[in-house]
Amino acid sequence: MTDDFLLETRGLTREFSGFTAVNKVDLRVRRHSIHALIGPNGAGKTTCFNLITKFLQPSSGAILLDGRDITRTKPADVARLGMVRSFQISATFPQLTSLENVEVALQRSLGRSFHFWRSKRTLAPLREQAMTLLDDVGLAFAANRVVADLPYGQKRALELATTLALNPEMLLLDEPTAGMGREDVARTVALIRRISPNRTILMVEHNLSVVADLSDRITVLARGEILAEGAYGAISTDPRVKEAYMGKGEPAHV
Amino acid sequence: MSKIPGALPARPAGSSLGVSRGLILVAVAAALLAAPFVFYPVMLMKVLCFALFATAVNLLLGYAGLLSFGHAMYFGGAAYVCAYARKELGWTPEASILAGVAFSAVFGLLTGLLSIRRSGIYFAMVTLALGQLFYFLCLQSPATGGEDGIQSVPRGLLFGALDLENNVTLYYFVLAVTGFGMLAAYRAINSPFGQILTAIRENEPRAISLGYRVAWFKALAFTLSAALAGLAGATKVLVFQLASLTDVSAPMSGEVVLMTLVGGMGTVLGPVVGAAIIVSMQNYLADVGEWLIVIQGLIFIATVSLFRRGVVGEIAARLRRGRGT
Repeated sequence: MTDDFLLETRGLTREFSGFTAVNKVDLRVRRHSIHALIGPNGAGKTTCFNLITKFLQPSSGAILLDGRDITRTKPADVARLGMVRSFQISATFPQLTSLENVEVALQRSLGRSFHFWRSKRTLAPLREQAMTLLDDVGLAFAANRVVADLPYGQKRALELATTLALNPEMLLLDEPTAGMGREDVARTVALIRRISPNRTILMVEHNLSVVADLSDRITVLARGEILAEGAYGAISTDPRVKEAYMGKGEPAHV
Repeated sequence: MSKIPGALPARPAGSSLGVSRGLILVAVAAALLAAPFVFYPVMLMKVLCFALFATAVNLLLGYAGLLSFGHAMYFGGAAYVCAYARKELGWTPEASILAGVAFSAVFGLLTGLLSIRRSGIYFAMVTLALGQLFYFLCLQSPATGGEDGIQSVPRGLLFGALDLENNVTLYYFVLAVTGFGMLAAYRAINSPFGQILTAIRENEPRAISLGYRVAWFKALAFTLSAALAGLAGATKVLVFQLASLTDVSAPMSGEVVLMTLVGGMGTVLGPVVGAAIIVSMQNYLADVGEWLIVIQGLIFIATVSLFRRGVVGEIAARLRRGRGT
């Protein structure tokens, strides 16, 4: 049980013309845990995400999802295996309504996505589920609003609802609370906690109180390499982390 | 969760709106049916064929966000196939048109799979290159008649009964074909498939991250668009009794994009209005000769710099603003 890892990377490396953004990262995410990936800007967190979800091809190394090698799998197929990501910049479909955004995610399960001869009204059975998902993130009131008109925090919440619509076994959340007001942060933290049972979550997050609140385990990245790993208490007192995260000489108050 | 049903406002009710919309539809239908007795039917049919062609381009450009500069391939390719089947093989008009559409659909799928491997300007360049390739193939092939094209294609009897030599009869047939094509495009746009297509246009990485294999959606959109362009090209053959190199040329590809933009891409009626404007200009300004191309260029510049949404797009935007939403 102790080494039941849902996601594992072995020697994950990505070079961009001479610059090594991610260097031999061995990341292991335990099943049904919340694992945070933190580190200063430019540490390679988002590159890691892009590699794991196959939006970028690793230069070397391997990625295993539930023991299965996905190093050569295409990004859409990674999502189909049950690992779904969110993006750092709110990833929505701006000209669609909130409801339609969620429906786009839900309709894959119907297997009718190539049916160009059917009316969109055949998607009506998804509506109730879509509304429930919107309600979960506090967006039921904006169901019929075009997403381009929503404030940033609500777009982030919508993105979370869309991700959850796939009911993924594993979620990769790239800064889920970035740009949110305090109230929205609290709601999002509560939501992540609520959906976390029976799911595995890997998240990049800058808000350390969110990290402290949610994560079972933390990996600190610096300059593309793993600097430290452990529970929040151990990480927050690690002098190497303080130095990398806060800079030398500054008092650490994480 | 109790607020779910209430959160979905019903469509803005108002029987008056429904009635006026119904009246407009009846008026438009009456105008379309009476048109051949007022205007020259051949010109009307030309407008209809190009309206359908522009609708095909609009499906790809306006809803999938893919700009093709090679659509004359499918328009002209289907025209050649239809003309050949009709004249050389003696097939019925309806079978000849279907042959043209089938050719364009298959050809569209193959070339589409090639083109969608690139995006943006590179996609446009690949389609342009493929179009030029096909043009020279048509120039050299014995089946197309080279510089002469396939001339004097007999119109024949539709379903063995309706004489298409009669311009008015042919007009109603072309009207029906165009109507069918536009309804098909409208349905595709407003289908589960259309929703995913819009999502891909709006944010491709997000669509991928939700598990959609976007290449197949683009390929299907491309195929549908090519098939509709083929329907337009094959129907045009019956009108002009001619399939020629003009139909497969790069200027033809550019012209139909111009129609789509002038009318308003991403709107259902835009391509029709755009086709009507450009085709009537070509007809009524035939005397100015080469200057026509200059005028078209100016219109294009005016469209992209002054009213980017096109005629229909601008009107729709103004109506929305007028309603205060």
